[in-house]
Amino acid sequence: MIVVIDYNVGNVRSVCGAFRHLGYQAELSCDPKVVEGAWGLVLPGVAAFGYAINALGPLAGLIKELAQAGKPLLGICVGYQMLFDKSCEYGQHEGLGLISGQVVPIPPGRVIPHMGWNMVRLGEDMDLFARLGKERHFYFAHSYCAKVSDDQARIAYTDYGFDLVASVQKGNIYGVQFHPEKSGNHGLEVLRNFHEICRKAGT
Amino acid sequence: MLTRRIIPCLDVKDNRVVKGVNFLNLRDAGDPVELGARYSDEGADELVFLDITATIRSRKTIVELVEKVAENVFIPFTVGGGIGTVEQMDSLLRSGAEKVSVNTAAVENPDLLAEAAKRFGNQCVVLAIDARRSKARRGKWIVTVKAGTEPTDIDAVEWAARGEELGAGEILLTSMDADGTKAGYDNELNKAITDAVNIPVIASGGAGKLEHLYDAIVDGHADAVLMASITHFGNYNIRQMKEYLRDRGIPMNL
Repeated sequence: MIVVIDYNVGNVRSVCGAFRHLGYQAELSCDPKVVEGAWGLVLPGVAAFGYAINALGPLAGLIKELAQAGKPLLGICVGYQMLFDKSCEYGQHEGLGLISGQVVPIPPGRVIPHMGWNMVRLGEDMDLFARLGKERHFYFAHSYCAKVSDDQARIAYTDYGFDLVASVQKGNIYGVQFHPEKSGNHGLEVLRNFHEICRKAGT
Repeated sequence: MLTRRIIPCLDVKDNRVVKGVNFLNLRDAGDPVELGARYSDEGADELVFLDITATIRSRKTIVELVEKVAENVFIPFTVGGGIGTVEQMDSLLRSGAEKVSVNTAAVENPDLLAEAAKRFGNQCVVLAIDARRSKARRGKWIVTVKAGTEPTDIDAVEWAARGEELGAGEILLTSMDADGTKAGYDNELNKAITDAVNIPVIASGGAGKLEHLYDAIVDGHADAVLMASITHFGNYNIRQMKEYLRDRGIPMNL
């Protein structure tokens, strides 16, 4: 079973609902026992970074520990941004530090937030993007973006006047800046792929 | 490349989608969840649900509606109408809305935009502006509130820029003069606002033909176009709109 971390921010229910729509078992929870027992974890998030990391509270340590021990983890939007070392959205905030990099404002000179459907160039042979081909549109809504120091971790890009990292992977740790739960059928396919990754890890 | 967005708008009253002309003479257009799902299947990029009654009772209904929509529709949607507090926004976002829009409450209490942005991030906060041309201001636009029934003395272009500064991440700009007329968007208004801000602007009010959508994007510099009558009553489906725009060189998610 997949556990979607419930930590008092927006959109957690949509992510859970998307897995259920696909016919998978998914539970919304912040109970450490339930979180520990999951095949895989999803850290969603529609919130400002500082609010989100504070709302996560002591769960942050547990999620980090489980991810480092090999449990699949998928961060979405702010959940993705929290995988990195730090962010400067409304003040300085520490992230989970699972992937090296920092969250910075999208460079000026374009419309900000980056809002809407953008073409994402998908890394080849990535299990998260199985059956999706080389490129697909996904829905973005963010004003900050990750500057990813770990070159090996970048697995997808989108063009917003510069190459914006749209997705990362480091072993069992995955993150997407876009919203798969709001990106129609192709977004649901990403969640289906993550479920498959979790199923393999959990059995 | 970021695509331009086609956004059907569903005005909701007593759990039904309705549409009028200049906010009057409402016609029934169907069930909100069914219609939302249909537009999503047709390729809509986003949806907007506006609670046009915005009473205490309807607020509860709208949260239930948002939950139902979120279970069935996997594209982003914005909810607006009578939202006045960060707590109301929170419950709508938690129920599955991607963004919330505020209108009258932001005019009465501009700090609401800042508070909301700090908590949810500015990408969740849509400032809805109902603008009307004012003869007294030589054709400049003023902001109207309470579903367009009350004029203010606020200049619409200045308000848009101030809204961005405070924390709005998007502007949903409705021309009250053009709304429901099917005579085309007010692209002078659209251009005046898009030139004044650096956040995305959704043009609303007046779509009647496919070329109107093109004009709003090319002449009005709109990032997205919103429509109601022309989709609800079957004139065009979303796919036709997107193909028309794509064939004229506008980037679309098709």
